[in-house]
Amino acid sequence: MNTQTPSPKPEQPATRLPSSGGAPAGRWLALIRHRLVWPLMALALVLIVDALISPGFFNVRIVQGRLFGNVIDIFYRAMPTAMVALGMAVVIGTKGIDLSVGSIIAICGAIIAWRMHQGDSHFVILLMALAAGLACGLWNGFLVSVLEIQPIIATLILMVSGRGIGLMVNLLYGGTNPSFTSPLLQGLSVGSLGLIPTRLIVGAVIFFLLWLLVRRTAFGLFLESVGGNAKSARLAGVNARFVLLSAYLISGFLAATAGVILTADTHTSDPVSVASNIELDAILAVVIGGGSLAGGRIFLDGTIIGVLVIQALTTSILTSGLPPEYNLVVKAVVVLIVLLLQSSNMRAAVVSVLVRRKA
Amino acid sequence: MKFAHWLTGTVFGASMLLAGAPAHAVTIGFSQVGDEGDWRPAFSKDMQEEAKKEGIDLKFADAQGKEEEQLKAVRAFIAQKVDAIIIAPVVVTGWEQVLREAKRAGIPVFLADRDVDVTDKSLTVTRISADFSLEGKLAGAWLAQASKGSCNIVELQGTVGAAPAIERKKGFETIISNFPNMKIVKTQSGDFTTEGGKKVMEAFIKSTDNLKGICGVFAHNDNMQLGAIQAMKEAGLNPGKDFLMVSVDYVPAMKEELAKGEANASVELRSAIGKYIYPVVTNYLKDKKELPRWIVIPSDLHHAAAPND
Amino acid sequence: MAAIIELTGISKAFPGVRALDHVDFGVEPGETHALMGENGAGKSTLIKVMTGALQADGGTIRLAGKEIRPESPGAARAAGIGAVYQEVNLIPTMSVTKNLTLGRLPRKFGLIDWGAARAIARAKLARLGVDIDVERPVGSYSVAIQQLIAIARALEDDARVLVLDEPTASLDANETERLFEIVRDLKARGLGIVFISHFIDQVYRIADRITVLRNGRRVGVGTTEEIPSLKLVSLMIGRDLEHIEHQRPLMDTVASSKPILTAKGVGRRRLLEPFDLELHPGEVVGLAGLLGSGRTETAKLVFGAIRHDSGEIRIDGHHIASPTPKHSLNAGVTFCPEDRKSEGIVAELSVRENIILALQSRRGWLRLLPRREQDRLTSEMIAALNIATPDADKPVGQLSGGNQQKVLLARSLVSNPRLLILDEPTRGIDVGAHAEIVTLIRELAAKGLALLVASSELDELLAVSHRIAVLRDRRMVGEISGAEATREHIIQTIAAS
Repeated sequence: MNTQTPSPKPEQPATRLPSSGGAPAGRWLALIRHRLVWPLMALALVLIVDALISPGFFNVRIVQGRLFGNVIDIFYRAMPTAMVALGMAVVIGTKGIDLSVGSIIAICGAIIAWRMHQGDSHFVILLMALAAGLACGLWNGFLVSVLEIQPIIATLILMVSGRGIGLMVNLLYGGTNPSFTSPLLQGLSVGSLGLIPTRLIVGAVIFFLLWLLVRRTAFGLFLESVGGNAKSARLAGVNARFVLLSAYLISGFLAATAGVILTADTHTSDPVSVASNIELDAILAVVIGGGSLAGGRIFLDGTIIGVLVIQALTTSILTSGLPPEYNLVVKAVVVLIVLLLQSSNMRAAVVSVLVRRKA
Repeated sequence: MKFAHWLTGTVFGASMLLAGAPAHAVTIGFSQVGDEGDWRPAFSKDMQEEAKKEGIDLKFADAQGKEEEQLKAVRAFIAQKVDAIIIAPVVVTGWEQVLREAKRAGIPVFLADRDVDVTDKSLTVTRISADFSLEGKLAGAWLAQASKGSCNIVELQGTVGAAPAIERKKGFETIISNFPNMKIVKTQSGDFTTEGGKKVMEAFIKSTDNLKGICGVFAHNDNMQLGAIQAMKEAGLNPGKDFLMVSVDYVPAMKEELAKGEANASVELRSAIGKYIYPVVTNYLKDKKELPRWIVIPSDLHHAAAPND
Repeated sequence: MAAIIELTGISKAFPGVRALDHVDFGVEPGETHALMGENGAGKSTLIKVMTGALQADGGTIRLAGKEIRPESPGAARAAGIGAVYQEVNLIPTMSVTKNLTLGRLPRKFGLIDWGAARAIARAKLARLGVDIDVERPVGSYSVAIQQLIAIARALEDDARVLVLDEPTASLDANETERLFEIVRDLKARGLGIVFISHFIDQVYRIADRITVLRNGRRVGVGTTEEIPSLKLVSLMIGRDLEHIEHQRPLMDTVASSKPILTAKGVGRRRLLEPFDLELHPGEVVGLAGLLGSGRTETAKLVFGAIRHDSGEIRIDGHHIASPTPKHSLNAGVTFCPEDRKSEGIVAELSVRENIILALQSRRGWLRLLPRREQDRLTSEMIAALNIATPDADKPVGQLSGGNQQKVLLARSLVSNPRLLILDEPTRGIDVGAHAEIVTLIRELAAKGLALLVASSELDELLAVSHRIAVLRDRRMVGEISGAEATREHIIQTIAAS
């Protein structure tokens, strides 16, 4: 049964694929084993379908001094979800989950609109919104790491109450969906620096800083060890409580940045419906990017690709002219296909069918 | 003693009420859905204020969006022997039983807002509400007039499957189907939110090459229209000038947009409808005359000066 | 008398471990047969083979003379072999009736006949002399009653063998006596009972015969008269390291230097009585005792993995006010836990990441060990401990048990400890790795490290220790060194009660 492949690199585990020849096949196998290949293929697939159904999908022009086009839109619209998903990737890496991100966005939005109405300095308002996100993260982290409540329940509390808190903040000034204008916040959200939309730059900076934190300090190792086996990590001297708390702080902070972007984008605070279901998109992005809800691994790059897959899909549905009744089903089907591609069992089954046919 | 104090207070208050109210003051129970969104709290507030003005003793119950709370409230009204009950239903089904109880107690029931699904239509007197389809028709009619019957339209739908979305679309289409040169070229759901409206409009702008050949935008509510206006401005387009913008709700932010000329028309979804509802109820209590199944609250369309190009 | 169940030459191997090696085991009708052995001796594997939860690689099972091959616990139960496992396999939120009839619900006209189900449940319990409300959820009853319900569930009407795996672990004295009465009653009805317990006195109260397993082999069988407690303990602890030269360290090396560890009156209520312990550089102290005697707890209290609530711990003379793993690591104390899977390795992380974890946590999160340094330390450790892994980036979960253990040792060693605490360092690993680790302990001591080694293998302890602290019933009952440190003396100390 064990058909060993003559592998070019001896340290590579032998695969069960029958050999189809020397080194090039080996390299090919090494490539398809790379964890980013499947999410990238999924992204390519969605984009190819787009190109086929709507000609000119890839056109990029300059409008109002910034790049303009569907591809830019995918990045542009993906940014808030990307920020949330990066935080989610960190939390999921610790075997946790943060369901409250949408509510945190709602709270930040409400605070921004409220303080705008009170006439605070816009820079102070920005700091207040981010601080609110950190406070929410602190609350979640406290429940999870100190009280040791299961993450799904702990964050459910804020998920359920957060939008209500947002509505109460709105009541503080009797505001109902007021619209505001802020050169600073809108500059961050819908403005552009040179040709590049500002929020892409904000997103890139956040990604880079988080990457530094996770991969260029030992913090990532601690996160992953706590997620993989909290008991072992503790016995190895890792302060698991602090690590968990930080994970939720990061998630709260990143949700707040998404909140700033989204609130400035719509010029208004709409606690009931802003960023609804964003937590699900974020979790999905992490999973498409190769993360596992069982924790223990954090893939920031994969997560970004996951977000792009989801947003490319959304954008293509919107531009395709498909009746809106089909939106959710189409999305579900594509996500299912992507996850099937990711499943190693599924891949093994497909390979074995192909092999049998060949034989 | 605190208790004695409280007691005298109550007795005093009660006697005041007895003294102040006319001998046969009308008592009405009103079961409201909840306080979601902007429209419904305003509706509740108006019902209470209008009752005060009319000298009606209004018993107000908020069901907090829960079916069982609402049933509880209606049964409480029956037990209190109110003169009439107004229900803004949380759900459409499951009403037969409690409505029969009301009928047995001889209390007439009126519906505000949504309808209910019962086989015995005599269980309720009538339904008094705005007509979503009429709102769509008004928007369509205005657009037909403003574009002189020739317009390629993009539509921002409400949440898929929601009654206002379905009815407004239907009403709008009824009107424009009379004009061979009016048609909806793009339609998508923006989920009734500003965010959704903006996202969908951004996609429309890309897929129609900057809204080339488009003359009008119909949004099922103002929030989506506000998002769409932002998206158009960010793409360097001129909503309200180069494009006819019509939507439904007439929220405060839309009033500003109309004033600025970035939107053209909005159909008002009235929240101050107590003045339409109470007379129907009190008149019925007086003469018990049979009423039509549905009494439509008129809708108004507000518009800025139409762009003259 | 003919055996009701007869297992002959049962063998079972797991990757890297030989769990059972040609084991024979038989139970006669009306007999209570105790199956004894330390953790990892192969008791549970044997039981699982007997009850169909595992399939043996070799050997035969005969039930009343007929060969059977139970494919699942259900099949075994249908054949007449019932088992109650250590962790009660009932659904606490469901009623007693449902628990007792699940999967075999009586039906009438295609619908479940709850009346009949209740009657079945009551009848099953009546056989054990239990009369309780069968409609209440199982979770609302005491553990003792739950245990009885589990037995009732395990016993089919025609059951012939009943396996009880640590049935008294969470029962008090009265409850245990009640259980024993039931066991005696079942015995009188001709059932064969297999009894597993680590309470030695209970074994002598209830069992007729004893079989002792060690390292997957049967090392003794006989009646309770033939195997008195001293012999039983000695069989269980065994003499397995014949291949390791008995080059005993000098037991009388009196360390002249200052002690690294001084524990005075350290203990924790309900867990371990206060003990004193001192460790000098270059010294190995063994912790001996049976399962559940408090070996692991002693090790964890010293490391700070469990907080002590009395006494004080000094490292190098400095009082450690609140010992936590982190403080201990910073003071140069490292710990390799007994339960490799749940407390040791982080399976998803690579060999490299597992090895540097403790060192990195000592350095803090900001000062990441440079990658080149990580690679150097990892390859050094892989070479020094002879860890068999294709490369340093392989997830540790994919290595064999012995190599996982070595990775844990490497994690401890790489942070240059002065005191190394090892809890069962050779549990569940193959013989080759076993010998390597024993040799390594000696080498480390020779280099001046202090080591605290908890082990169920007495010979292993004798081979490496300068002194041996003996534990019994969660109490340190003696410290043995010098000429006194013989197998016999230690076994006497453990068995004396």
